[in-house]
Amino acid sequence: MSTHAIRVTVNGTVYERTVEPRLLLADFLRNTLGLTGTHVGCEHGVCGACTVLVDGDSVRACLLFAVQLDGSKVETVEGLGTPARLNPLQEAFREHHALQCGFCTPGMLMTATDLLRKYPLASDDEIRAGLSGNLCRCTGYEHIVNAVRAARDAR
Amino acid sequence: MKPPAFEYVVADSVEAAVAALVAASGEAKILAGGQSLVPMLNFRLLRPAILVDINRIPGLIFIEERETDIRIGALTRHHQLETSPVIAKSLPALGAAMAHVAHLAIRNRGTIGGSLSHGDPAAELPMLALLLDATLTIAAPSGTRTVAAKNFFLGALSVDLGADELVTDVAFSKLPAGTGWGFEEVARRHGDFALAAVATTLTVSDGRISEARIAMTGVDETPKRAGDAEAMLVGQALDPRLLERAIGAVRGAVTPNTDLHASADYRRHLVGVLAGRALAAAWQRGGGT
Ligand SMILES: Cc1cc2nc3c(=O)[nH]c(=O)nc-3n(C[C@H](O)[C@H](O)[C@H](O)COP(=O)(O)OP(=O)(O)OC[C@H]3O[C@@H](n4cnc5c(N)ncnc54)[C@H](O)[C@@H]3O)c2cc1C
Ligand code: FES
Ligand code: FES
Repeated sequence: MSTHAIRVTVNGTVYERTVEPRLLLADFLRNTLGLTGTHVGCEHGVCGACTVLVDGDSVRACLLFAVQLDGSKVETVEGLGTPARLNPLQEAFREHHALQCGFCTPGMLMTATDLLRKYPLASDDEIRAGLSGNLCRCTGYEHIVNAVRAARDAR
Repeated sequence: MKPPAFEYVVADSVEAAVAALVAASGEAKILAGGQSLVPMLNFRLLRPAILVDINRIPGLIFIEERETDIRIGALTRHHQLETSPVIAKSLPALGAAMAHVAHLAIRNRGTIGGSLSHGDPAAELPMLALLLDATLTIAAPSGTRTVAAKNFFLGALSVDLGADELVTDVAFSKLPAGTGWGFEEVARRHGDFALAAVATTLTVSDGRISEARIAMTGVDETPKRAGDAEAMLVGQALDPRLLERAIGAVRGAVTPNTDLHASADYRRHLVGVLAGRALAAAWQRGGGT
């Protein structure tokens, strides 16, 4: 199989790599770049664990190929904040106990980042509908909704 | 799972995409939003030798208002339809349905051309194409052809599209004045594929229905119109007895499947309930009393 040279900006850093076409963005981030914050659950778009931003929009990293992203800007959970300086959404998750094992958390954070930009999220129903594509196996949904509501109020 | 290996070709024009499909003699697949294709690759349900990426073809993303219809480019993303003021004004049933198509991250990528070409029997856009008498424009090796939505959906995941053809745009007819609409869906979770959904329009003049359209998805091999129910509504004012008869005709028009999410009987019952609600909403919005 042929390989392709790509140039992708991830969290502000430019990476030039040569990839096989079938390499999923999720595996490119985790295995090629070592950015293991993006998690992989189902590999068919259902669980939301792999959600990242591409050119500002949330996407499933398991449903995109790295080779498609030549010239694109990707943001992952590693780009949101640092352990010492969490961003306001991460701070809201911490404050409201919105994570237990943490497996779904990167996808929840990236999804909520895009939801907060695009929707009023005026009601809890709207927040729940927005988060409905992200599964939390620890089932801590109440706390996640509380955190997103707090982030909305602080927006 | 991981997808099987394939060669990757970026098309920079519609002609180049069709040429790449022809050169692959049936072994290539178009890659649009990838939101249905890539799951199938990851499950290894498909093993195309080549993917032809059409995302970089300029001029395939647009929503154009014309005199009698709205023309939409094949690469227009679901989220663009969801938020377009033109769609909200001129194709409100379609606008209302878009929030039910998957989740934001999938709507950011998924395209109208991909949804129609994929032909999922529970998808919303094929149902709306049927409701709004859409016409698809298709680029083929021999030139361009058009096909009406009512002739396009052949079976579950089966559409009238050759392996070397590409949908470039789709035109939805605008509704006549005095037309009300309704859209109703039930899914297990918000954003999941519909267990059943109904979209309807009623044109009301002088207190009577002059045109009725009822389209359904999730309840048969393809999206469907309820022709008998439509016919019995025309010339009438919507009252509870007529509504009950129309609901019965809607239920009689479908052959749902049983799967792990719902039984066929439940789906048949549900599509009637949803049709009743959608028709009542359309009647009210159309000015019926
Ligand atoms: C978790 C999840 C939930 C979903 N829920 C829903 C839902 O509730 N309702 C719903 O309707 N959809 C849903 N979808 C599917 C989604 O809407 C897809 O975006 C859509 O079905 C396919 O569009 P695409 O652009 O992603 O096409 P792709 O996946 O790129 O392609 C799909 C098929 O169409 C072909 N194709 C694509 N574009 C063209 C073209 N222009 N001309 C010819 N052939 C073409 C491809 O070769 C392929 O065979 C869901 C998807 C996921 C992953
Ligand atoms: S791993 Fe991508 S959605 Fe589950
Ligand atoms: S915190 Fe464990 S999966 Fe959500």
